[in-house]
Amino acid sequence: MKHLMTALLASTLLAASAGFASAVTYVRGNDGNPETLDQHKTSTVVEARILRDLYEGLVVYDASAKIIPGVAESWEISDDGVVYTFKLRDNAKWSSGDPVVAGDFVFSLQRIMTPETGAKYASILYPIKNAEAINNGEMEPGELGVRAVDDHTLEITLAQPTPFFLELLTHQTGLPLHPASVQQHGTDFVLPENIVTNGAYKLVSFQPNDKIVMEKNESFHDAANVQIDRVEYLPIEDRSACVRRFEAGEVLSCEDLPTEQIKSLKERLGDQVHIVPYLGTYYYALNMKREPLDDVNVRQALAMVIDREFLGEEIWAGAMLPAFSLVPPGIGNYEGGGAEAEWAGMSLLDREDKAIELMTAAGYGPDNPVTLEISYNNSENHKNTATAIAEMWKPLGVNVEFNVRDISAHYAMLRDEKDFDVARAGWIGDYSDPQNFLFLVESDNTGFNYAQYENPEYDAQMDKAAAETDLVKRAGILRQAEAAFMEDMPFIPLLFYSSLSLVSPRLQGWEDNIQHVHGTRFLSISE
Amino acid sequence: MTDTASTQNIAPQTKSRSLWETAFLRLRRNKAAMASAIVLVVYILAGMFGPSFAPHHYATVYSEYVKVPASLEPYPREENILPAAEEAVARARLDIASVELDGGVVRIAASSGSKVDPRVTRYLDRSDLFTGTRIVETSGDGRSVVMEANVQRLRFIFGTDANGRDLFARILISIRISLMIGALATCVALFVGVLYGATAGFLGGRIDGIMMRIVDIIYSLPFIFFVILLVVFFGRNIVLMFIAVGAVEWLDIARIVRGQTISLRRREFVLAAEALGVSPGGIVRRHIIPNTLGPIVIYMTLLVPKVILLESFLSFLGLGVQEPLTSLGVLISEGAKNMRGSPYMLIYPSIALTVLLFALNFLGDGLRDALDPKDR
Amino acid sequence: MFGYAVRRLLGAIPTLFLIITISFFLMRVAPGGPFDRERTLEAKVLENLNRVFHLDRPVWEQYLYYLGNLLRGDLGPSFVYRDFSVQQLLGNGLPVSIQLGAWALLLAFVLGAVLGTIAALRQNGWIDYTVIAVATFGITIPNFVVAPVLSLVFGVWLGWLPAGGWNGGSFQYMLLPVITLALPQVAVIARLMRGSMIEALRADHVRTARAYGLPVRMIVVTHSLRAACLPAVSYLGPAAAALLTGSVVVETIFGLPGIGRYFVQGALNRDYTLVMGTVIIVAVFVVVFNLIVDLLYAALDPRVRFD
Repeated sequence: MKHLMTALLASTLLAASAGFASAVTYVRGNDGNPETLDQHKTSTVVEARILRDLYEGLVVYDASAKIIPGVAESWEISDDGVVYTFKLRDNAKWSSGDPVVAGDFVFSLQRIMTPETGAKYASILYPIKNAEAINNGEMEPGELGVRAVDDHTLEITLAQPTPFFLELLTHQTGLPLHPASVQQHGTDFVLPENIVTNGAYKLVSFQPNDKIVMEKNESFHDAANVQIDRVEYLPIEDRSACVRRFEAGEVLSCEDLPTEQIKSLKERLGDQVHIVPYLGTYYYALNMKREPLDDVNVRQALAMVIDREFLGEEIWAGAMLPAFSLVPPGIGNYEGGGAEAEWAGMSLLDREDKAIELMTAAGYGPDNPVTLEISYNNSENHKNTATAIAEMWKPLGVNVEFNVRDISAHYAMLRDEKDFDVARAGWIGDYSDPQNFLFLVESDNTGFNYAQYENPEYDAQMDKAAAETDLVKRAGILRQAEAAFMEDMPFIPLLFYSSLSLVSPRLQGWEDNIQHVHGTRFLSISE
Repeated sequence: MTDTASTQNIAPQTKSRSLWETAFLRLRRNKAAMASAIVLVVYILAGMFGPSFAPHHYATVYSEYVKVPASLEPYPREENILPAAEEAVARARLDIASVELDGGVVRIAASSGSKVDPRVTRYLDRSDLFTGTRIVETSGDGRSVVMEANVQRLRFIFGTDANGRDLFARILISIRISLMIGALATCVALFVGVLYGATAGFLGGRIDGIMMRIVDIIYSLPFIFFVILLVVFFGRNIVLMFIAVGAVEWLDIARIVRGQTISLRRREFVLAAEALGVSPGGIVRRHIIPNTLGPIVIYMTLLVPKVILLESFLSFLGLGVQEPLTSLGVLISEGAKNMRGSPYMLIYPSIALTVLLFALNFLGDGLRDALDPKDR
Repeated sequence: MFGYAVRRLLGAIPTLFLIITISFFLMRVAPGGPFDRERTLEAKVLENLNRVFHLDRPVWEQYLYYLGNLLRGDLGPSFVYRDFSVQQLLGNGLPVSIQLGAWALLLAFVLGAVLGTIAALRQNGWIDYTVIAVATFGITIPNFVVAPVLSLVFGVWLGWLPAGGWNGGSFQYMLLPVITLALPQVAVIARLMRGSMIEALRADHVRTARAYGLPVRMIVVTHSLRAACLPAVSYLGPAAAALLTGSVVVETIFGLPGIGRYFVQGALNRDYTLVMGTVIIVAVFVVVFNLIVDLLYAALDPRVRFD
């Protein structure tokens, strides 16, 4: 029944809006279906894009992914870096007309930490005082370090100084909810007929595998500058299908592209193809609890002999860049850059010779071959990459077998049994800070430390960095940690991601940025 | 008055023909079926011996020749030779004085700030374009050298794939794998299906009802889950692919055989055998199964294409044959992804598959026409 | 006949029950759960989620819970499309798949019948071979090649039709997907029709009609067609169930909100309830269609009676 109502409502609205000859509509290709529109339960960028248009957090990314005021018009940070006081603007309103108040943020943040909500990404806000304990069920939500001083002043207390905290707030988990709607409708508050949003757009309809339609929210405080009246998000999982519809003029942008076609796309569409560095690393995890990978010389040998330029250029058609460190370049709060592998400057042939030396010293090599198994989740490019790397490992006397699983089984294996020699994995940064990459191999990070790396010094350095308020000093400590990482090589960093998109020349205001965020409110369409 | 002489003409004695001989004769007359049979034999030979005789091994990676188009002319192209040589020498950190191409030999004069390491020849040898690089002259101070390298001529008549492997060799090995999968899965399905169907049809009654009910149930189970399980538990083993596919196909065969058995059961020769006291197993073996062979043979030739297409669908989902082996399904789904940039990656495997499936289909049709007595 | 139909349907219920049970346990055997994606979850969060979805209970308890809901008509929430219940997803998607499948079936049947009849009338001539060759073409090219090629040629290069999308099911959006779905079936139906038409044309009453000099069209349509349809109709049963329950490939490549993709995506995502929902739908369709085919058989062939 509800579905019928939605359909009727949607079709009436569609019919009505079809009558608006001047309704500027942006048909936007998204690379998947959102799992849910409840921001507290989401975890991927597919939902992030949609939620960014529907809601506005305390701070937001502008078109170039810089932090600008959102609902909060200004903020102060205490000297010890632990208390943030946000001043909310007076004219922030929900689509229902209610004003956005500090209590809304308190409600939302408490809700995401409440274990029963089942929030997949609550951990990103753990820097807030008591957040982790609450999410583990050890404390009550009311004890969260968030307080509404008055309707327009919000105070957030952190467990320790966190230089990237504002970045964290731009994540979809920091978006507010309309408390009355949630209390009245429970989990049904996300339905188009119930949902109340405070962003540039409000939700009109949501048909899975068909489209998500939004219309301009007139109550939005910056509505005067929002130039696109209507957005249709099309969940097109097949990248080639999005390309075809783009070329047919049916969509104005695609958020991801098929890498096999990059060369021909660049020839055909030129500037409309955007390849932009993205905060992400593609790597091979090495199981340090297995022979011969427990020997650092073997790990180094395997890492240095790989021709990353070939992988990036030929296999990934230039969509990926060679990676000689774990943390991608261009990341924030990393003054002075990161630590690369020692052999990054050596020529490939020298690296190959050195690798053979190391392998032989470790007791292996061309005369004493060893077999390794590469596990990856099935996809064209993972397969081609593994094949190419197997080829590169041959001169070292390494014979490669492959073990392919679908994505669920692969990540379940990595998380649980860890039954692999070498496993492909990737990590996209949630926020622009090196800690978000280096924390992967902390010894207590059972979820992500696939290599089972245990280095107490490394952990100590990460803890030290967490407590350091001086950003430059902190960058230095993190750099040391990264240097230790590159010496021990628990993961072999292979490539850095790029974001790939097609952008129609009719779409104005699209700025390439490292976070690949392009809120519709900053865009406009020319004829 | 009748002409008694003519009515008493005795027809010349001819050898009586068995059902199979008659069928074979009819088949021979069907030109399409005969052509298909020949094509099939060619494919089988190609699959069995092709990979050994192909100019390249199917797993050899030529990193310089990723996704090169199909061509009868050998690679490298003239215009690429000198730039490739320059690039290789540049990677050796040498300064190039001159690069010339003379026939099939490239001659490079280069120098360096310090003594030239004799191992620099490896930079050129690494490239798939050159072999047998040697230093022919060294200057007195060891800082300048002249090198010569032979240009290696390689032919990729169907082009190369995304890793730089020869597509022709890949197609040959994929024919082998696809035919293997088709034949073996069909045999498995056949074996299980015929036994099951004949037993069910022969025993009849409640047992038949239960057995067919089981078939219905298995038919409705989520096949993809089953395949995922197999890939997860036995992923690397190609034999498991047969089992997965065979496990689905035996159901149809069982149904058909059961139908045939039921109609055969009432025939006189079966009743006679029963009256004579032949055991049920014997009847099934000697009377029922041979008489169902006709439709079974026909179904087999039509089943193999189905199996191959099913495997190609699984490959499209990424659950099919794993590296470094390949099947027509894998090649075609790779080709479909590269359709716009490198169409030959799709065209040649598709032609290979289409011709094979055409042949199987026409052969099946021919067999059906030949074995069906009512058709003439 | 009504009694027969009812008995068949009732008899299908225990089968359905077994199918549901086996599928349920089969799915749990595969490693990985609905929450294993690229971002692995904190242990506590996973615990919360498992508790919310009852995944922390022993499997047999989950099974009984699921059965209980099922008897009340509740197919459960989807694990992966979390704002929707399985009923909503299937309810939205089934009409789409049915429309596509029905049109594809119609097209396949009509085209197949026409081609098969032409081939039969000119048996063993070059027209026969050509027609069958053309029809066979449809089954030898996998649909994951046909679909993007059609979309490319007609959607992008010629621009005559949309390259994808559903748009409420208007004609131009359905045309290419329906053709893609119908192509493989045309060949089979053409063959079946050809074979049975040849047989029907040999029947005595037809030879008599021919001897009388009746026009070909009347012979074909009035005298032969009905009987010739039988094998094609009996093939339609399972074919219809397969078509109507959607095609993953066509829906993915053209971007159509049908239920076909739920079979595959549901399995790959370990969305247990969604897969169970689709299994039930397939099972119901198989039963219903087999019944319809048998009834059609009786309608077409007066010699067939049910006991």
